[in-house]
Amino acid sequence: MIDACDSCLRRSFLIAHLAPRIAGLLAERRERRVGGLLSLPEDELLAAAAGRRVRRALAYLDSFDADARRDELARGRSIAVCRHSAAYPQPLLQLDDPPTVLFGAGRVEALEALRAEPAVALVGSRRASPYGTEVAYALGRGLGASGVPVVSGLALGIDATAHQGCLDGGGVPLAVLACGPDVPYPRRHRSLHARVRDAGLVLAELPPGTEPFLWSFPARNRIMAGLARMTVVVEAAQPSGSLITSDFARDLGRSVAAVPGRVTSSLSRGTNELLRDGAVPVTGTEDVLDELFGVAVRRPPPAAPLPDDPLLRTVVEAAEVTSSVEAIATAAGATTAEVRAALGRLEMDGHLVRRAFGGWERAAR
Amino acid sequence: MTRLRLAWLGVLAAITTFTLEGIHSHEVTVEVDVRRGLPTFTLVGLPDRAVRESRERVRAALLNSELDFPQQRITVNLAPAHVRKAGPGFDLGIAVGVLVATCQVPADRLDDCALAGELSLSGEIRPIRGALAAAIGASAAGYRRLLVPVANAPEAALVSDVEVGGIPSLARLSDLLHERWEPEPVEPALPVADPDARTLDLADVRGQEDAKRALEIAAAGGHNLLMVGPPGAGKTMLARRLPGILPPPSFEEALEITQMHSVAGIGSGRLAAERPFRAPHHTISAQGLVGGGARPMPGEITLAHRGVLFLDELPEFGRMAVDSLRQPLEEGRVEVTRGQRTLEFPANAIVVAACNRCPCARGPDQCRCDAGQLARYQRRLSGPLVDRIDLVCEVEPVPAVELVDPERASASGSAEARARVMAARARQRERLRGTRALCNGDMDGRLTRRLVPVDPVLAGRLIAARGRIELSGRGHDRVLRVARTIADLDDRDEIESRDLDEALSYRMDGWEQMAA
Repeated sequence: MIDACDSCLRRSFLIAHLAPRIAGLLAERRERRVGGLLSLPEDELLAAAAGRRVRRALAYLDSFDADARRDELARGRSIAVCRHSAAYPQPLLQLDDPPTVLFGAGRVEALEALRAEPAVALVGSRRASPYGTEVAYALGRGLGASGVPVVSGLALGIDATAHQGCLDGGGVPLAVLACGPDVPYPRRHRSLHARVRDAGLVLAELPPGTEPFLWSFPARNRIMAGLARMTVVVEAAQPSGSLITSDFARDLGRSVAAVPGRVTSSLSRGTNELLRDGAVPVTGTEDVLDELFGVAVRRPPPAAPLPDDPLLRTVVEAAEVTSSVEAIATAAGATTAEVRAALGRLEMDGHLVRRAFGGWERAAR
Repeated sequence: MTRLRLAWLGVLAAITTFTLEGIHSHEVTVEVDVRRGLPTFTLVGLPDRAVRESRERVRAALLNSELDFPQQRITVNLAPAHVRKAGPGFDLGIAVGVLVATCQVPADRLDDCALAGELSLSGEIRPIRGALAAAIGASAAGYRRLLVPVANAPEAALVSDVEVGGIPSLARLSDLLHERWEPEPVEPALPVADPDARTLDLADVRGQEDAKRALEIAAAGGHNLLMVGPPGAGKTMLARRLPGILPPPSFEEALEITQMHSVAGIGSGRLAAERPFRAPHHTISAQGLVGGGARPMPGEITLAHRGVLFLDELPEFGRMAVDSLRQPLEEGRVEVTRGQRTLEFPANAIVVAACNRCPCARGPDQCRCDAGQLARYQRRLSGPLVDRIDLVCEVEPVPAVELVDPERASASGSAEARARVMAARARQRERLRGTRALCNGDMDGRLTRRLVPVDPVLAGRLIAARGRIELSGRGHDRVLRVARTIADLDDRDEIESRDLDEALSYRMDGWEQMAA
């Protein structure tokens, strides 16, 4: 779907054209954030960013053909919606500098889901601990299964796991990239990029084919915060890119939440700091749903009803507490072979999910 | 086999000896020609350095045994001439050849007799490697008698249709050929029941009932097993007890095991009573693991033939080393090509691997590994080896209370487990008669589908679970094989739902995706 007016397209491609210049400019100023740069009118943007290359930038603008670009985008099956389009996610307009055109790759229906349901941004450290990974996955899956779109950045660590969880929960994943929407960055997540595109939408401010720049990461974070009604920081050191996202969310007056971590872990310093400053503590999907819709208005879909077999019931309960087959056997008063059979059966019937490093947990659906 | 020909001023002798190539022995004829001329001693027929040096040993040994070393022109040929000869085992053959060629000993007793041995300068005969292989070769070639160093005689005597003589020294051998002395009859080196040798018993391991069950299934079906758990949980302790619950080796299997160990120069020289347990360190090279070298030597997987190969800290092993296990795991043998020759080593072992949950090996609560490290660690757990692992089981440390509580002492020991395993193996032998497989773990995909029919209701449940549980085609076969073994252990013909359920809980499939 292409719904972008000439001037908005022109501006977006001008920013992409000037992107390397902006990177140089910020490097000179030793800054990473673009500040208000992206919201400047075209001529001021040229004056501020083009520098000595202004002649070339003007030539680029002169030769710019909006229709040709639209055709090109349509051929690449891209999505492009400008600020003036009805399909443009309205919450973004509250930003000081909303992206002029939002480029996308994936399913257009995801934009409707975004209109129908409040989205939640799950962000966190690239260097995540197993604890953070586990929580991010569980939140992603729980929210996905509850029909809440999950926004994240496809980065390593927490972001990827949140997308993964949302996909496994059957939800609508939304990835916001610092490059063009068709560029799988980081490269390692090429297959995840494809899965998000198939089930949801990959969004970006920069047009397709653009490589990421240092400045476009914090700029991308403002879009994540703008899209989401609530930003949950799962795990963050201090300083951290995730805290930039939560700063944007706070400035927008959206709710900011954090997952409590261990006080001795440097990876929890940022999140624990947020909690001290009054962020909403999140211990599970219910907490996020309560904050979004009001207490107990919406629940995550109940787990599948358990079979009547008393052994299976005890095994499910025990498996939530311990990952050791022996401990489960002791609790259930059964042999380990019987417990193994019960675990296999519960997994096959969708009551339990195996965790990556041993142990089982209740399935979200 | 001796041919003696009085030629014009020259005498030719031919003696049969055996040399190792890989784990098998080859017949080599030592031809010795002694004739008048300048005193020289020439050795031809692709000898290596150790063989070339045997000239000096033969000369000194003959003189020190009060025998004559001819001051004549001596030419020794090792036939067939195109095979590379290695090792000191030709010493005895060359010395006897010289004795026969100079008419110092009569040759008639050397008819249908083969010999092998290394000489010391004093004329004593030193033990050689691979005496059992030599005896097997001599028996296959139809020799009636084999003369070996006295220290190797009991091992060689394990082959019953060859009369083995243990020779202490060259002087004694000369006496033997003159019919002045007979070697003592040799007792074959059957295993001795040593009441002091405490075998490793499963009952020594407190708790760990889950892992013990997994071991029993692995033993019963010959399945490869991966144990996951923190250091100190008892993974090595459990793995070491696997040979003790495998069926005791049959005589033929024990002979194979002993032959392999004799070639590698390890083992006691007696017939193996138990199956081998090999635990190479993770710094081992691919060559060390599957065999090779300029003179191809068997690798750890061959030394573990008919037994257990334990790979502790599997992700720490070199990629090349682990990938080299592809052929032995699929075919139960290793081919090593060196120069123009290809050697085959048998390599049919159960592989037990162990790893931690993450590189830092701390518990889930204290772990400090980041996602990248975890993913790298898990990625190392992929490839041909992991594709052949049928069972995964988590091993948790046993709480200290259980370790000291006498009430918790395990009821079932290795003897009971072994009895169940043997009964299950007997059922499998019946089913697998006429196929290449010996146990369920040996079955390939086609054989699995043919011999492990699944009840349509159960198959339907598996299909319905697609999407919820990751199961590749190969993983599906693995689950079926394990389920078949579980039913065999329970002495049942039909696979029931609980067998399939239990097999599912041990599967490896989906680990790679989970670690993303």
